[in-house]
Amino acid sequence: MQVDIVITLRESILDPKGKASHHALENLGFRNISSVRIGKFIQIDIDTDNPEEAREIATEACEKLLANTVMENYEIRIPDTSS
Amino acid sequence: MTFGVLVFPGSNCDHDAYHALKHIHGINTSFIWHKESEIGNVDGVIIPGGFSYGDYLRSGAIARFSPVMNAVARFAEKGGPILGICNGFQILLEARLLPGTMMANEQLRFTCKFVNLVCQNRDTPFTSSIPDEMVLRIPVAHGEGNYYADSELLKKLEDANQVVFRYCDADGNITSEANPNGSVGNIAGICNEKGNVVGMMPHPERAVEPGLGSDHGRYLFDSTLSRIITAL
Repeated sequence: MQVDIVITLRESILDPKGKASHHALENLGFRNISSVRIGKFIQIDIDTDNPEEAREIATEACEKLLANTVMENYEIRIPDTSS
Repeated sequence: MTFGVLVFPGSNCDHDAYHALKHIHGINTSFIWHKESEIGNVDGVIIPGGFSYGDYLRSGAIARFSPVMNAVARFAEKGGPILGICNGFQILLEARLLPGTMMANEQLRFTCKFVNLVCQNRDTPFTSSIPDEMVLRIPVAHGEGNYYADSELLKKLEDANQVVFRYCDADGNITSEANPNGSVGNIAGICNEKGNVVGMMPHPERAVEPGLGSDHGRYLFDSTLSRIITAL
């Protein structure tokens, strides 16, 4: 099962890369973009068909290595297999 | 007395640290490869700067899982002196041997220059010989040295005297102009609660001979020498 993980900086933490990109977008004339936050996108393949087990494994991987929970949030996206 | 300098794939200040310890200070020094599960009979450990594992994922994030880090954690627990410099500091943060985290420099540029430092805690194995009131001139070279601690942790660090170095101007004033990376409270180095584990972004091993522009880094290694010799 393929699981997607999105890692973002916590709201309270200044994101200099996002800020610089936002500034560049403003220079290009984008007036309606009010903020930019830059994070990471990680795709992992887990040897299971069980979404709950996949979430458990992905959570452990995030907590132990993929995210630094002091400054980052992570969101685990499991494909919908119910249909 | 023997010191060990850890070597990870991507370490690039390991030889500078070795030179500072062995040739400048006459300390018996050996390299310790990151796959070793023991650090042997050493009196101190340096975790040098560089780009361990290419800084993949986050600086220091992968290096902290190298086998040698378990031995380093045990050594820290026993009170052994450990100095993490630059990437070594980042590894200590990721390993949670020191609190807080490191972010990209505020100005988003790799910054390589001399900075001025005040020492605010001389009760560590690496700072006891720094003269009172002295402003140290030591270079930094990093892209991710923007130390971050939330207000709660910051207060705890300050209350427990765990802030070891702050960036300052040439006269010792802690100003935002003197801050090279946006670190909270101008923090350049911290220690753990016991004071035996110290992490700092500036490179004392690059400032050990006048020909290098400064020899103020010697005070840190002199501290280690006097401390350990006194203990013998």
